[in-house]
Amino acid sequence: MGVSEPKTLFVAPLSKPDAGSVGKTGTWRHEKPVIDEEKCVKCLLCWLYCPEDTILRREDDMVYVDYDYCKGCGICAQVCPVDAIKMVPER
Amino acid sequence: MPVKTLTGNKAVAYAARLARVKVVSAYPITPQTTIVETLASMIEHGEMDAKMIRVESEHSALAAALGAASAGVRAFTATSSHGLLYMHEVVWWTAGARVPLVMAIVTRAIGPPWNIHVDHQDIWDQRDSGWLISIAESNQEVFDLTVQAFRISEDERVYLPMMVGLDGFILSHTVAPVDMPEQHEIDEWLPERKQPYVITPETQYVMGNLATDEDYYMMRYSIQAAMEAAKDVIKEVDKSFGENFGRSYGGLVERYRVEDAKYHVIVAGSWAGDAKEAVNILRDEGYPVGLLRVRFFRPWPTEDIVDVVGSSKGVITFDRSVSFGARGHLFMETISSLGPLAGKLSVRGVIAGLGGVDVPAEEFAMVIREFIDEVEREGQVYDPAYWHLPSQYRDMYPSRVEEVVR
Amino acid sequence: MPIKLKDLPRIRYNMPGNAACPGCPETMGMRYVKMALGDNVVMVIPAGCSSVIQGINPKSGMNFPILNIVFAAAASAAAGMKAAFEELGRDDVQVVVWAGDGGTGDIGFQALSGAAERNDDIIYICVDNEAYMNTGIQRSSLTPYGAWTTTTWTGKTEHKKNIPLIMIAHDVPYVATASVGYPQDFIEKLRKAASIRGFKYVHLHAPCPVGWRFDPGLTPHVAQLAVKTGLWPLFEYERGKFRVSSFSRMYRKPEKRAPIEEYLKLQGRYKGAGPEVVKELESYVNRLWEWIELLEKSMSPSTTAKKLVSKT
Repeated sequence: MGVSEPKTLFVAPLSKPDAGSVGKTGTWRHEKPVIDEEKCVKCLLCWLYCPEDTILRREDDMVYVDYDYCKGCGICAQVCPVDAIKMVPER
Repeated sequence: MPVKTLTGNKAVAYAARLARVKVVSAYPITPQTTIVETLASMIEHGEMDAKMIRVESEHSALAAALGAASAGVRAFTATSSHGLLYMHEVVWWTAGARVPLVMAIVTRAIGPPWNIHVDHQDIWDQRDSGWLISIAESNQEVFDLTVQAFRISEDERVYLPMMVGLDGFILSHTVAPVDMPEQHEIDEWLPERKQPYVITPETQYVMGNLATDEDYYMMRYSIQAAMEAAKDVIKEVDKSFGENFGRSYGGLVERYRVEDAKYHVIVAGSWAGDAKEAVNILRDEGYPVGLLRVRFFRPWPTEDIVDVVGSSKGVITFDRSVSFGARGHLFMETISSLGPLAGKLSVRGVIAGLGGVDVPAEEFAMVIREFIDEVEREGQVYDPAYWHLPSQYRDMYPSRVEEVVR
Repeated sequence: MPIKLKDLPRIRYNMPGNAACPGCPETMGMRYVKMALGDNVVMVIPAGCSSVIQGINPKSGMNFPILNIVFAAAASAAAGMKAAFEELGRDDVQVVVWAGDGGTGDIGFQALSGAAERNDDIIYICVDNEAYMNTGIQRSSLTPYGAWTTTTWTGKTEHKKNIPLIMIAHDVPYVATASVGYPQDFIEKLRKAASIRGFKYVHLHAPCPVGWRFDPGLTPHVAQLAVKTGLWPLFEYERGKFRVSSFSRMYRKPEKRAPIEEYLKLQGRYKGAGPEVVKELESYVNRLWEWIELLEKSMSPSTTAKKLVSKT
């Protein structure tokens, strides 16, 4: 398609998908989810319902938290069927 | 090159076809309707390779055209008056997106009361939006400007959408000979579509999410830079069009009998024809008067104005619109471009022809003659808002509204 | 085909570090769109929470290319994009509108109705959080009866406008309701929508912890309760056939439905709502299901077949 570089100073409202569009949102958190790997049955419900994409899956589908961005909403703890996720106050 | 007898609206439609527009979206409004009808007919009958989106409003018409253009094709729409006002929000959004696009504006008065006749209130209302705004005098120029609009809008120095204005009924519904180049000639002259970006699964571009206030400011600065750059582009395109097709108009303005002129008329749109005739009448009478026809309202031809009327003895503008509570648009723009020079010459801002009131050449001549005589008699004249009333009201009301109030 | 979570690839479906509030149903829903439709998508988003959620230029917090557009024009901008892709020989690209309840049922309704009537080949998703949340919780025509908003301080006095039924009346090829509480159901419906040519409408119920005043951890739970109370029935309308989705089927019978009080008591927007609100909502649910029964009877796969037979 006919995309051609602008030749006059060009500042347009264009963005690309990327993490951290408002920064490290982990700082918003009051409580953080802590996963008990012993209890986890790898059902992936926390991964499915996490609104932020901050529950991540290892190769074996054990889950872990991206604390840089996790906002601490607590959905993962709520949907966990085996109580493997606890919300722990941030200090 | 075949010469056809066409209405202005047909000229617009044929120009869009020759420019190989791929998506047309439009909604009917008098006097624009025959543009949509013609395009729909050509597309349905396989005479034009494009998709037609028969939208449910003008707001949607421009939004669909913007969507199509941002995905990478030449898109076109046309409207008038209330349709243009209804899409006003999208007018701004389109310019801000920096997506090249062309829209024809068949100029028409704004209600109430309902009035389908020509004035320039609708098109000048878009002046701050970041669109290039042009206005034609003749059906031939309507055709030429529409073709040129794609090349100007898609120039890498510009990347802004462009409006082509044509006066309702006077041009839109009146037939005149139009010399139309063949498809292969247009193809050779008009490059493939260019644009600064496309929104596709591959590019992953996101247009229009929040920006910092500082970046927002710079985006506005960038639009202004493109407007400035567009001045050269418009002149180049006008020249190149002339070299290829034999018609050049002078760039942002057309200069008519200005060489030895001491007085200048400034006017835009189809009634420039009548104003030119008035200039001829006055020249025959010995008045040293010339005319500047504004072809582009945005970018405003500051340099041309200064060049031509900077050393003028007197300038008279004819506005077919008014900014209520202030002056006519051409008047305000002219004075603001002259800067300190404005204080040295005489000026009269005439407001006439609103809602389609006819101003024949003799009336133009009368108003211009009166102005020149007054300047010669009294020295300097400063008269920013002179209402040239319809003839049946002329003896009943003063030409300066201030006098009604006092 | 049922969705197996383990089969869904380990990619970023959404970009973290965006501006969504904790527990946001819109970012949840947006992830499911990516899970369902993959990468060959361009998104059109009118004004609303999702325009802010993307965050600040030059980054965007949603993992899609997006044309952000003015509030009232989402469906028409999408129609334009689709027309362009068709002209470019790219029928494969899915053009998806992601609009809120206001952008769908109020200010954007004219454009939506126009695109539906033209049968433009797009997927229109209404992400319904039942008020103008982005401007600070003002009522929309999709706010339910009795709900507090900042423009209905004593509770809304009208019922929720039923956009999905209005879209069925447009006779488009596909209409479905979904809920962020049932992601697999939503994903399946989106995949079906993607396989159909023409206008597809999917209405996603999206409980908002900020606007509805509940704990952000409860978003999926509240969404599921809306389905279990019968207030938000999940169904599909596909080429003249109407079907209640499996998660909602049992709530045809009023006695199987969860008590509405259970749903209301979790939400601050119903604080102080008396028994008359419950009664009014119960009668709304009953009327809603009467509609559904009518549609099911007149447009079930078997009756459609019978009609075809009797015509011949």
